[in-house]
Amino acid sequence: MLTYLTRRLSMMLLTLSLVAVTVFVLIRLVPGDSATLMLGEAGSPEQLAVLRARWGLDQPWPIQFLYWVKGMLTGDFGISTRTGEPVLPLILARFQVSAVIVLTAMVIAVLIAVPVGLYAAWKQNSWADLAVVSVATLLLSIPSFWLGLLLLVIFGLKLGWLPILGYVGFGEDFSRATSFVILPVATLALIEIGVLVRMARASAIEVLRLEYVTHARAKGLPEWRVLAFHVFPNAFAPTLTLIGLILGNLLGGIAVLETVFTLPGMGRLLVESIFARDYPVVQGCLLLTGVIFVLINLFVDMLYPIFDPRVARA
Amino acid sequence: MKLNLIIGLLLVILLGGAAAIGAAWTPYNPMQLDMLNRLSPPSPAHWLGTDEFGRDVLSRLMTGATTSIGIAVTTVLLAVSVGMIVGLVSGSLRGWTDRGLMAVTDALLAFPGILLALALIVILGAGSTGIILALALAYLPAVIRIVRSAVLSIREKEYVEASKVIGNSQAYTMFVHILPNCLAPISVVATSMFGWVILAESALSFLGLGVAPPAPTWGNMLSASQPYFERALWLSLAPGACIALALLATNLIGDALRDRFDPRRLQA
Amino acid sequence: MTLQMPLLEVRNLEIRAAKGMPIVEGINLSLARGTMGALVGESGSGKTMASRSMLRLLPPGLSVTKGEILLDGEDLSKASEKRMRQLRGQSLGMIFQEPMVSLNPAMSVGAQMAEALRLHTSLSRQEIRQLCVEMLERVRISNAAASLSAFPHEFSGGMRQRIMIASVMLLRPKLLVADEPTTALDTLAQREVLDLLTELARDFNTAVLLITHNLGLVARYAETVTVLRKGRVVEAGKTASVIAHPYQTYTQNLIAAAQVGEGKADIVPPDTPAVLRAVDVSVTYGERTHGRGAGVAAVSGVSLDIRKGETVAVVGGSGSGKTTLGRALLGLVPLSSGQVAFKGMDIAASNGTIRREARLGCQMVFQDPYSSLDPRQRIGSIVHEPLRHVPDMAPADKERRVREILAEVGLSGLDQRLPHELSGGQRQRVAIARALARRPPFVVADEPVSALDMTIQAQVLELFRELQESYGFACLFISHDLAAVRRVAQRVIVMKAGRIVEQGATEDILGAPQHPYTARLIEAAPTIGGTDGFPLVEVRAKASS
Repeated sequence: MLTYLTRRLSMMLLTLSLVAVTVFVLIRLVPGDSATLMLGEAGSPEQLAVLRARWGLDQPWPIQFLYWVKGMLTGDFGISTRTGEPVLPLILARFQVSAVIVLTAMVIAVLIAVPVGLYAAWKQNSWADLAVVSVATLLLSIPSFWLGLLLLVIFGLKLGWLPILGYVGFGEDFSRATSFVILPVATLALIEIGVLVRMARASAIEVLRLEYVTHARAKGLPEWRVLAFHVFPNAFAPTLTLIGLILGNLLGGIAVLETVFTLPGMGRLLVESIFARDYPVVQGCLLLTGVIFVLINLFVDMLYPIFDPRVARA
Repeated sequence: MKLNLIIGLLLVILLGGAAAIGAAWTPYNPMQLDMLNRLSPPSPAHWLGTDEFGRDVLSRLMTGATTSIGIAVTTVLLAVSVGMIVGLVSGSLRGWTDRGLMAVTDALLAFPGILLALALIVILGAGSTGIILALALAYLPAVIRIVRSAVLSIREKEYVEASKVIGNSQAYTMFVHILPNCLAPISVVATSMFGWVILAESALSFLGLGVAPPAPTWGNMLSASQPYFERALWLSLAPGACIALALLATNLIGDALRDRFDPRRLQA
Repeated sequence: MTLQMPLLEVRNLEIRAAKGMPIVEGINLSLARGTMGALVGESGSGKTMASRSMLRLLPPGLSVTKGEILLDGEDLSKASEKRMRQLRGQSLGMIFQEPMVSLNPAMSVGAQMAEALRLHTSLSRQEIRQLCVEMLERVRISNAAASLSAFPHEFSGGMRQRIMIASVMLLRPKLLVADEPTTALDTLAQREVLDLLTELARDFNTAVLLITHNLGLVARYAETVTVLRKGRVVEAGKTASVIAHPYQTYTQNLIAAAQVGEGKADIVPPDTPAVLRAVDVSVTYGERTHGRGAGVAAVSGVSLDIRKGETVAVVGGSGSGKTTLGRALLGLVPLSSGQVAFKGMDIAASNGTIRREARLGCQMVFQDPYSSLDPRQRIGSIVHEPLRHVPDMAPADKERRVREILAEVGLSGLDQRLPHELSGGQRQRVAIARALARRPPFVVADEPVSALDMTIQAQVLELFRELQESYGFACLFISHDLAAVRRVAQRVIVMKAGRIVEQGATEDILGAPQHPYTARLIEAAPTIGGTDGFPLVEVRAKASS
């Protein structure tokens, strides 16, 4: 088990380095002088010269990369060309908003989707199963921004139950904050339920065919025990991997929902920065998202052996 | 689930037909302004109403269909052709070629697809070509991974070894025996990708990073409809419904393909 | 003679699928307490479904539509689901075929074993643990206490089957249904598992219903036998009488297939040139990765030669290296040391032409008929493909050769079919046709009939023998099945852990083995008649009549 962990950790470090390199290269590929891109128009020539030296922007790429990494390790991610603020605190603040929504939606989705998927697999080809699959397919076919818009129109405009615009931090006013967050969370959760139910159902169907399930029944175990202790642990592993992937994708795709609901999240920050050509922020957002995705996958890989002990050996 | 397939195919015909027809003819010129009739609800003259500039929504949807579906088809073909070759070569040859290609692929896979697409748009610039390249590159690592994994499992089959024993060259074995047997997972990933591209393209257009107005795509029409919720709901319902139906069609067909290629069925 | 009510009595059992097709019809069966009865049939006979119906574990869509299943007088087919759950585990037990999927990979061995005990008894955790440890020791799992917290993937196939037996027998069920429990194991493991099962069943007075396709096993272990074919009972009775005096032709065929065949024709004259010669061949895996040279020696220091027209069989248990040897002789795995010469020329020579000739002249018949044919290729094309490499052969001639070969293997007219449209036996014939299309001088047959039903095995082996006689190729025949070996091979090589322990003429080796390992293999082989004997019911000395 320990070897498995150490191997995963070392691979993670490798991947993180690759992520950093990729982000670096991507930003450097943007047409235009990279120095001007990173520094923007504002500031006097002297200030620019200072910054230029600090980040080695006149040096060849590999040196620039080292400057950049060194900067990051000390928490210096650069300055936003739009606002002049340091990049890291800005991104982190916005990230908190996105993270709360994504995680809450995911937890709700998993808690609903996995039992429903298991149930549908157990009752495969019955009316209940058919209903579950149809609803799930419909849910995952709806684009998130359209669903968000519709919910906003229904609950915000027509019924007036929930606010349309704006955001308040949870630290400030809990109940008002919740009211701003309900709709985006609900939108995300609904769509993820569609995806997860199908996966949970498919892997449960696979497992139900296997002999050890018949063996469990042959011992006289009641169905619920068979499902809970024999089917679920073995069926959950692929769903767990999928959850990791979805979380990563959500971090990227949250931009649209944040635009619809005008939330100050990281996705919207990224899009705004792209329009404003605020490349330090773009770079920072990309890097942070990449790193988090790698960490999520590492976490999933570490949880995996609980559900599939065979993996720990490899 | 035959019903799935039927509904899926019907939708494909509907939307594909709209796209095909839209390329040649639309009831009205999608760009033509008609300020006198702006924001008019659906009527016999304008089946889906008009937008804030008086342009006919149906015509714009049809043109949008041509654009969106056209982009999706091109992107998928591009990514699948390249991905197929790379995955095939990587999986068949193994060794350092494989390790090198996989390192690059994994680096790209470390980013969520949409994010990568966004980053690539920044570099390549918005507009149809940029979008096609960005989306193709963003999904390419996933295609490569899937082809490679199919190749790896097929390589273990005895008929691949048999081909070698008979005296066939590595290249012959790869293209005659391994590749055709990968078509099943490739077709499944192609349909998934198609759905993803439709969604990604409309999301990008919605954000303003895709095809720019006044050229209509479903995404930018949806974006433009936001200020007019109270007055003209049909402006949001129409393009959104189109995207949803397109996604539904790809999902249903993807499911049907997955069922048909279920390994258990092939073995029997 | 005590007229005891049989423990299990099945009357007129019928199982149908939802669409109305009957899987089995009119099945009658009875099993006395503490005895072992066999239910024999080939694939499609319905034996698995019939056995599952005893515990009411039929797959969705199938159900018992007629008949009775009486366990100690109680009709199980009419019992409630609740009652069935009570009986399952406690009075009814079942063990399965595939050791790889028969135990839950996500649950420790101890937890799985304890489950049934916790459900059906009120013993304390300590007592349960104690019982599990004792039972594991009884089935000869070493480190029993430590094994409780281990997971199934840490054990080999044979060990998993023993754990499964331990797990099921903990509750001393009255009836144990054993569904092909040893089919997926090699000969030696097979012997161990069945001997163990017999022993435990005798000690706990459990009746065992053994489902199998192998009449040899039946002859050795079961007191009664019921033969099924296509869902109906063909013949039934005491094993000894059924085997000695079978009424039905089908039964006779099954018995013939399980019997020791006649020995092969005479050894070829010693001065016949050797087509293939191996000198001190070794194959080691894992050397590169470990770098210290500490690899696994799959094959060590093997020397042999195979002459024109001769079949040399290689036998041994799993891990003996016989499969690796076959691949090494074909140049499919690199040699760590030694040399293989085809027609006198080193197959690893630097000269490409020589290597090419060796590649074309040495062919292989693979083991798994379900994976050795490209599912997208038509039969005619499969057999045609090897001819691509024959220079100066006109297309018309190639077509003719394909037709000839297909006719020789008995598959005329099937050239447009796809593999999934053929049966296992037919697919193996295609594999043989493909290997022989160019009439190669040397063929390696890697367990060519292991995956087939017994009667089909006999047919395919006969075909192989005929073809060798007409073509005169040299053959290396890899197998764990000694009956097959006897049928086709003139010489036998016995391998253990990568080395040759004994070799010589088939009759000599199998009749009077010198090495203890060979003796074990022979003894473990389930066949009827011949020198392996027919010890039968003495093992189970039960006063049942």
